[in-house]
Amino acid sequence: MSPDAANGSLDAAEQGEDPAPPSRVFRKFLSIIKHASSILLTFIGLTAITFIIGRVMPADPVLAIVGDRASQDVYDAVYLQLGLDKPLIQQYLIYLSDITRGDFGTSIMTTRPVLDDIIRFFPATLELATIATFFGVILGIPMGVLAAVNQGRLIDHVIRIIGLFGYSVPIFWLGMVALLVFYAALGWLPGPGRIEVYYDGIVEARSGIILIDSALQGEWEIFWNALHHLVLPSAMLATFALAYIARMTRSFMLDQLNQEYILTARVKGLSESAVIWRHAFRNVLVQLITIIGLTYASLLEGSVLTETIFAWPGIGQYITTSLFNADMNAVIGGTVVVGFCFVGINVLSDILYRIADPRARE
Amino acid sequence: MAKPLLSVENLSVSFDTPKGVVEAVRGISFEVGQERLGIVGESGSGKSQTGRAILGVTPGRVSADRIEFDGIDLRNAPARVMRDIRGQRISMIMQDPRYSLNPVMAVGWQIAEAYRVHTDASKREAKQRTLDMLATVRIREPEKVFDLYPHQVSGGMGQRIMIAMMLIPGPDLIIADEPTSALDVTVQLQVLAILDDMVRDRGMGLIFISHDLHLVSSFCDRILVMYGGQIMEVLEADALEKAEHPYTRGLLNCLPDLDHRQDVLPVLERDANWLLTNGASE
Repeated sequence: MSPDAANGSLDAAEQGEDPAPPSRVFRKFLSIIKHASSILLTFIGLTAITFIIGRVMPADPVLAIVGDRASQDVYDAVYLQLGLDKPLIQQYLIYLSDITRGDFGTSIMTTRPVLDDIIRFFPATLELATIATFFGVILGIPMGVLAAVNQGRLIDHVIRIIGLFGYSVPIFWLGMVALLVFYAALGWLPGPGRIEVYYDGIVEARSGIILIDSALQGEWEIFWNALHHLVLPSAMLATFALAYIARMTRSFMLDQLNQEYILTARVKGLSESAVIWRHAFRNVLVQLITIIGLTYASLLEGSVLTETIFAWPGIGQYITTSLFNADMNAVIGGTVVVGFCFVGINVLSDILYRIADPRARE
Repeated sequence: MAKPLLSVENLSVSFDTPKGVVEAVRGISFEVGQERLGIVGESGSGKSQTGRAILGVTPGRVSADRIEFDGIDLRNAPARVMRDIRGQRISMIMQDPRYSLNPVMAVGWQIAEAYRVHTDASKREAKQRTLDMLATVRIREPEKVFDLYPHQVSGGMGQRIMIAMMLIPGPDLIIADEPTSALDVTVQLQVLAILDDMVRDRGMGLIFISHDLHLVSSFCDRILVMYGGQIMEVLEADALEKAEHPYTRGLLNCLPDLDHRQDVLPVLERDANWLLTNGASE
């Protein structure tokens, strides 16, 4: 028995009532177990679905390796080597035990382990998605609040039009126009890629995020170059994130501003900024956590269009190229990693949600 | 009456809707001193909007010849002046604590906030004041209740928290907008008793808005009967049975009486002509 449980029963005995209600610690423990098992189930479901899709795909994994001019002997040898003769469920278990060791197999396209590829490509997407989400949040939220507070006025209409534009304009078009204007015509910003070719490979990849690596190694010239390269692609994605976040913030805020407790806050004599930020916004934040989490997660999947236009070596491009080459190990590995991020962010936003909303704690 | 705390002359509140202008309050006049004034009427009679217009918290358009509180003209008072008045001089108890308390803020801090906004008290002082105030509204474990969230308290307790919040800055006039309508009957009486004590002890003026004519007559000194945004009749509470206006009589008659058996209760009659005479005035 844990010391806390012992205390609990002692208290109950002293008060002589409530025959030992299940202690707080025990209930907390139960709820953690419950959450952990639901996360585990999600992961198992994720790997099972990606595995099955990988196996039922009409593309022949053996053929993809040996090529169509290999002899039957070579084909059979590779077939056995891949374990394709075993029952599907056994193949899945082998696959599961492999990925728990970080082994996603070898990419046919790059001939490197899939995990190494992901470690190379994913930081580029992570960098872009994080910056885009960051700007989407710090610009989108105030815009949404401003629009809601001035509902029906000019500023509201302007922000709504920006939101509509950002949400509906095709990103490939916007990206090309931005390149045309800021790179080709004005020359203010560099063209596609993460960094100029002549800087490539100078900083040692530790995190894979060039900004962090170059700053840690004191290569400020490279840092600034990488930062300049980030401006356009992250602005594209930030426009999308901002539009969505501003739109949702506006609608959540309007909803909260019509609640009775806002009237209470005004009647108390609070200033308008206290009413908006301390009262209405605290409630909006609860709803926004989910929205921001989803936006970030969807950007982490990699935006194929943006990555293609800006020649950005990210996970979206990696998975898409692998798919076109029937490189199933790479596709499944990439999908699983993206899925892990998705689940991870959802778990994180669940935790934040509990912190922000007392009603969700019970 | 010596000097009224609040005098209102020809107050109107209207709303622009897509279907045209809706007039919620149509030119009413009344005065409140250190007394309990009841405002009764059906839903939509404009009683709540009257209360909100005084505090300047209605989204509707307000016009009046006079809204004067303690020598201050509230009609065109700058936002700063209004904020100083709200809570500290005039405050309002709202109907349903399930909606009128902020769901993500501990109730204790919501009360403390009402105090801090009008004083430069430290957090600690405000907390101590709040605990005292919670005890005053007969909450048994103030320390424990302080940290609760609105969804964790009952309706009766929520309304006592509301009263504590609205009385902590020590206002001179309090507008209670259907303060007991959302509560169980047994709890209603407890909450009313608390409100009664507080108003009496502190010598405050009270505007008690309700649709319950008998409740108002037992609780208030004077009653305004409102219909269609106008005042139909002004009565002394103990003279309720002598009411003359057909609307007030209608309201009284449509309540069942335990002593006299009635098979069919009369239907409340409404006459558009009552509104043409521009109501009663004081």
